[in-house]
Amino acid sequence: MPSLFSFEVGSLLNIVAILVVGLGVSVMMIWVERRFLGFWSDRLGPNRVGPFGIFQVIADALKMLTKEDWIPPFSDKFTFVLAPMIIPIVMLLSIAVIPFAPGVGVIDLNIGLLWIFAMAGLASYSTMLGGLASNNKFSLLGALRGAGQMISYEVFMGISILGVVILADSFTLRDIVEAQRDGWFVVPQFFGFLVFTVAGIAESHRWPFDLPEGESEIISGYNTEYSGMKFGLFMIGEYIGMVVMSALMPVLFFGGWHAPFGLEIGTPLISGLFWMSLKTGFFLLFFVLVRAALVRPRYDQFMSYGWLVMLPLSLINLLVTGAVVLYQAG
Amino acid sequence: MFSAIGKQINVIWSQIVTLWLVFLHLFNKADTVEYPDVKPYMFPRWRGRIILTRDPDGEERCVACNLCAVACPVDCIALQKTEDENGRWYPEFFRINFSRCIMCGFCEEACPTHAIQLTPDFEMAEYVRQDMVWEKEHMLISGTGKYHDYNFYRVAGKAIGGKGKGEAQNELPPVDRRSLLP
Repeated sequence: MPSLFSFEVGSLLNIVAILVVGLGVSVMMIWVERRFLGFWSDRLGPNRVGPFGIFQVIADALKMLTKEDWIPPFSDKFTFVLAPMIIPIVMLLSIAVIPFAPGVGVIDLNIGLLWIFAMAGLASYSTMLGGLASNNKFSLLGALRGAGQMISYEVFMGISILGVVILADSFTLRDIVEAQRDGWFVVPQFFGFLVFTVAGIAESHRWPFDLPEGESEIISGYNTEYSGMKFGLFMIGEYIGMVVMSALMPVLFFGGWHAPFGLEIGTPLISGLFWMSLKTGFFLLFFVLVRAALVRPRYDQFMSYGWLVMLPLSLINLLVTGAVVLYQAG
Repeated sequence: MFSAIGKQINVIWSQIVTLWLVFLHLFNKADTVEYPDVKPYMFPRWRGRIILTRDPDGEERCVACNLCAVACPVDCIALQKTEDENGRWYPEFFRINFSRCIMCGFCEEACPTHAIQLTPDFEMAEYVRQDMVWEKEHMLISGTGKYHDYNFYRVAGKAIGGKGKGEAQNELPPVDRRSLLP
């Protein structure tokens, strides 16, 4: 049993800090995203509430909380209330296994990577049940799209990671980071990285793969009938998922908390936290940039791209990685 | 097979170029004007809030001819003519419903005395809908607006108190027609 107030994996200090920081970053991403979307489209974004508009988050939250929380009379009420709760819970659960620095983390499961995939799979129930319970044509279309998207992109999201697992010889995320001490996995696993990036965006159904929402086609997709804080829970779940994906990228491919080129600063703990948050922040902004720049594909293009390009690519990547590792083992 | 691979590389390359070009916009100056802090320059002929002006002598220009109300395509102007002791016509009330007004400027075009004019002021939002109805005392200004020298009664032939027939600018005294007989 780890002591309560020290930087050991699973200490109370760690758990509280990771929960607060994880939720805080997710909530602040609402403001960061709107601000940077503004910059990238030659606007300023929300800049009026507080310094640099930083309290826009509070204003948004107050708006969400005070809005009428309407449950449509034609909906399946139990499922309708249940669906928005699923996605923030499972996304927070998947933050638990991410190692942020030496001695910082909630738990080190020996099935860490599988845990994250399991949670991402459960998150798709939020989309499906939300669309189904709304009893609305457009919600149902969004839920169908969401279900198809999750199933197909989860397949090669898993396969693309297997190369990393082969190289690190472990499913534990902390071991995967330790295995990258002498070189990041993005070099030998470049195609795995490409596929994982695309699949990660599709998995958290963020832009440009927001086909379950697709507001120009099916209103707002699965969350058309949602209002108030129920809608807010969908949003917050999506942003926590974005944080999880952005933290997974460095852990799996960019050396986690290891400093590049030996640029360590201070103690291993401070250096680890610094580099991990720098890399995570980079990918958070990358996700925002992708939203700002790329256009949403048509649904059939999206599916055929997945099955005809990404799946063969990840399979070939897995095959070659396995062959090389076996050859080197002699 | 290889052409398909080449096509996919092209696709990915084009996405990366897009990302880079959009990223460069981070260093562009924003196109937006921060409106409440920075006021935009409004052109003098901008068709904004409607005012009623006075002539250079400080009298109301409006002669209550109703041409503006007739010209108005949304019928937002209402007025009633009355007459003072000098025989000067003026509106008893003059009411514009700005929740209907479309700022077309037809009233200004129709006005024979330059009384009704549109100004560059566009900040006309109200919290209560009834406040959108403006009466004469709200619209009547003390100045002459865009036309500083024009005074309708000084150029018109109509006799009012203090100005008889033939005393207007560029006007000859009335001629007794019978004196012109051959």
